[in-house]
Amino acid sequence: MMTDPIAIARTSILEPAGLTEQDLDRLLGLLAGSAVDAADIYFQSSRLESWVLEDGIIKDGNFSIEQGAGLRAISGEKTGFAYSDELRFPALAQAAEAARAIARIGQGEQVRIGEVANKRNLYDPTNPIASLPDPDKIALLQRVDAEARRADPRVREVVASVVAVQDTVLVLGDDGALSADVRPLVRLNVSVVAEDGGRREQGSSGGGARADLDYFLLEDRAMSFAREAVRLAITNLEAGDAPAGTMTVVLGSGWPGVLLHEAIGHGLEGDFNRKGSSAFAGRIGERVAAPGVTVVDDGTLPGRRGSLNIDDEGTMTQNTVLIEDGILCAYMQDKLNARLTGTHSTGNGRRESYAHLPMPRMTNTYMLAGERDPEEIIASVDKGLYAVNFGGGQVDITSGKFVFSASEAYLIENGKVGRPVKGATLIGNGPDVLTRVSMIGNDLRLDQGVGTCGKEGQSVPVGVGQPTLRIDGLTVGGTNA
Amino acid sequence: MSIAATEDTAERLARLKQTIEDLLKEAKRRGATAAEASVGSSAGLEVSVRLGEVETVEHTRDNGLGITVYFGNRKGSASTSDLSTGALRDAVKAACAIAEHTQEDPCAHLADAALMAAEIPDLDLYHPWHLGVEDAIEIAAACEDSARGFDPRIVNSEGASLSTHTGIQVYGNSHGFVAGYPTSRHGLSCAVIGQEGESLQRDHWWTSARAAADLDSARMVGERAAERTVARLGSRRIPTCQVPVLFRAEVATGLIRSLVSAIQGGSIYRRTSFLLDHLGERIFPEFVRIHEEPHLPRGLSSAPFDGDGVATRAKDLITDGVLQTYLLDAYSGCRLGMHTTGNAGGVRNLRIVMGDLDRAALLREMGTGLMVTELMGHGVNPVTGDYSRGAAGFWVEGGEIRHPVEEVTIAGNLKRMYAGLLAVGNDCDYSGSTRTGSWLIDKMTIAGE
Repeated sequence: MMTDPIAIARTSILEPAGLTEQDLDRLLGLLAGSAVDAADIYFQSSRLESWVLEDGIIKDGNFSIEQGAGLRAISGEKTGFAYSDELRFPALAQAAEAARAIARIGQGEQVRIGEVANKRNLYDPTNPIASLPDPDKIALLQRVDAEARRADPRVREVVASVVAVQDTVLVLGDDGALSADVRPLVRLNVSVVAEDGGRREQGSSGGGARADLDYFLLEDRAMSFAREAVRLAITNLEAGDAPAGTMTVVLGSGWPGVLLHEAIGHGLEGDFNRKGSSAFAGRIGERVAAPGVTVVDDGTLPGRRGSLNIDDEGTMTQNTVLIEDGILCAYMQDKLNARLTGTHSTGNGRRESYAHLPMPRMTNTYMLAGERDPEEIIASVDKGLYAVNFGGGQVDITSGKFVFSASEAYLIENGKVGRPVKGATLIGNGPDVLTRVSMIGNDLRLDQGVGTCGKEGQSVPVGVGQPTLRIDGLTVGGTNA
Repeated sequence: MSIAATEDTAERLARLKQTIEDLLKEAKRRGATAAEASVGSSAGLEVSVRLGEVETVEHTRDNGLGITVYFGNRKGSASTSDLSTGALRDAVKAACAIAEHTQEDPCAHLADAALMAAEIPDLDLYHPWHLGVEDAIEIAAACEDSARGFDPRIVNSEGASLSTHTGIQVYGNSHGFVAGYPTSRHGLSCAVIGQEGESLQRDHWWTSARAAADLDSARMVGERAAERTVARLGSRRIPTCQVPVLFRAEVATGLIRSLVSAIQGGSIYRRTSFLLDHLGERIFPEFVRIHEEPHLPRGLSSAPFDGDGVATRAKDLITDGVLQTYLLDAYSGCRLGMHTTGNAGGVRNLRIVMGDLDRAALLREMGTGLMVTELMGHGVNPVTGDYSRGAAGFWVEGGEIRHPVEEVTIAGNLKRMYAGLLAVGNDCDYSGSTRTGSWLIDKMTIAGE
């Protein structure tokens, strides 16, 4: 088996299209000239397979192939971009000229194409689609279905799906540097509807990783997702109205870290700060969080959904400290924004596909653990909300206002977790919400590998995480005023 | 439109139809008892300008093909962005391989042959804009300029973008139905940042149309973006309360989208809809009528046939406040023991019949309450209709706007909100395929200070 990503990328992308080293050289020559400050070509070949179970049977499956190349030329702050789903030289040359028209005509310089060896192996360059025989994928979904129905007689509908992706990328920089990454990604999802008397509720769970499909067979993962989906639906069947107003909120560990992604993560992306459109612009060195709060964006965690060996510009990913002990330290950068603000890329240049331009994006964003026992944190609250599961969130990076929606929450009364309440949206102000963190748990956990982040119409897989947190004063959007 | 361009399009359409026919033949050769496929091909230009300088020039060219094969009542599908002959054969092979493992599903079949669109009306959807990069930049720059010049409090910009796209969609199936048509779509948008003291606010505006002549002017889009941004400066929170809420027209569309997703066949047969078992029931007050106009000339969502090849047709979703129909494709129709409504792929151009009140009259009607102009987050539970979202807008007292509001949530339940709809204004003032005026809802919970 081939294990060198560059060799795999050459075999699966360049060779079938008949693209030689000279072709790459000529394309770079067409794309990068003296008036061009930076240029790159991003080749991609992606295979996706999905299976869906519904009504107890395997209903549908899909296999999809996507491939192409995106060509970018940058002059100052101007970017010219064109892409082609045809990988033959003439189509790429045409795209190069279209992208390059952004800059004045200049003489292309000769560069030497040189391979950049992969220095990191956060995940194996495998093909997860082939990692399990098809009958086993189907049997897996059927076991998930049976487990969910067994878990509680009130379960009425079960939908389960499994998706495997192999994404091979090859990045050619204007200096001739050729880097590659072979990125496996798997995901399993379970969604159930439970009914009791007149009430109906839904519960969903799932997980994923940059791994083979046997990830779901290990540690009873798939079955625990099924049980978790049922538990959520049943809990919500009993949920009362959520409170409305500003109150003390305890956030559970793990996925509630979506708070960090929305409240501060997007606001710390380099493009918004270069343009001065973020509420965090110009605030490096200032206190934006309570003492003890340290937040990082770490693309180097082995096997995580948000991790990458190299970003989509060929830069090695890194562990960037965004906030240290409450003080804002750094923004997340891609090459363009780093160059324009006189700093270095932090390995956060990401794109949805060859047909999209890269921009600064998060990888795995999480808060480091503190020292408090989670039970002690709950016991410290007289009256408040304990929110442990969330749907998505959103942020207005200019005003700093952000929301995230709880899908599992409980009242806290006299230091004890009380009755469940219906899902409610929480809203706060990014630049000050972390200054209200009054207790940090010792139970840092990362999410199960389900996050997808959208920005300017582009989706990329990400991770979040945090320990249990007490926040003094967050607005809870229930109906019970 | 030049004659050459028309011929070009006709040739491309013929070529894509041939692609579909080849695919269907290949599926049959591999033993499929039925098959359907769709192919799309589009090209476009997108430019953005920020602070008077070009920021990006993007040339887009997208191809995509999807095929579904049926072996009796088992199906499999595949898709690819590569339209070469080899890739197409691989796609059919992959779909057939999938179908070896899927299970018998009595509803897995094509829509009835008799329902295929017999005629393909010309809906006037194709108006290419022969626009050079320089011209596109000039329009975007003019748009941003008018926003930046609108008010001295506009201190920064996220830029203005102009996009123009043309494409062809073709669908065919083994009933012998193969049809397609070209479309165009153009858009202009602008987002700027205002400052007053410490308060920074951003807002945007846009226009979108099938024909360039139908777009709002660059100046109007820019000024509207600036006007909206400036109006938000000095936003503050309000105390937690229960008051009437006015959803301004461009956000009221979201309430119609929630209705649409609740009456889609998939939501009904999966029992994930808060409107399950509500067919024929009154869910809105009697004055409400919502209808679909799929054949609207130049409509942003117009289509002569749906994703199953079934002829689309105009119909009421809501008459006199009563739910008239679910939105079904062939599959969900079969699952529910009903018939397709020609809605495979969604709804096309929704209209709510608007009332007599303009915006000022709506505010007077509301008296004291919150006018919402922006919603954040996804806090709608489709199964229960429970609704809780972040909001920004304006506090209204005595029928007049008092100050902008931010960092609050609005919460309620969609079923009660629909029943509590007091009035629909006549103030539809945005471009989009769902057309409505503002909605005045009797009471919701605002969470704030």
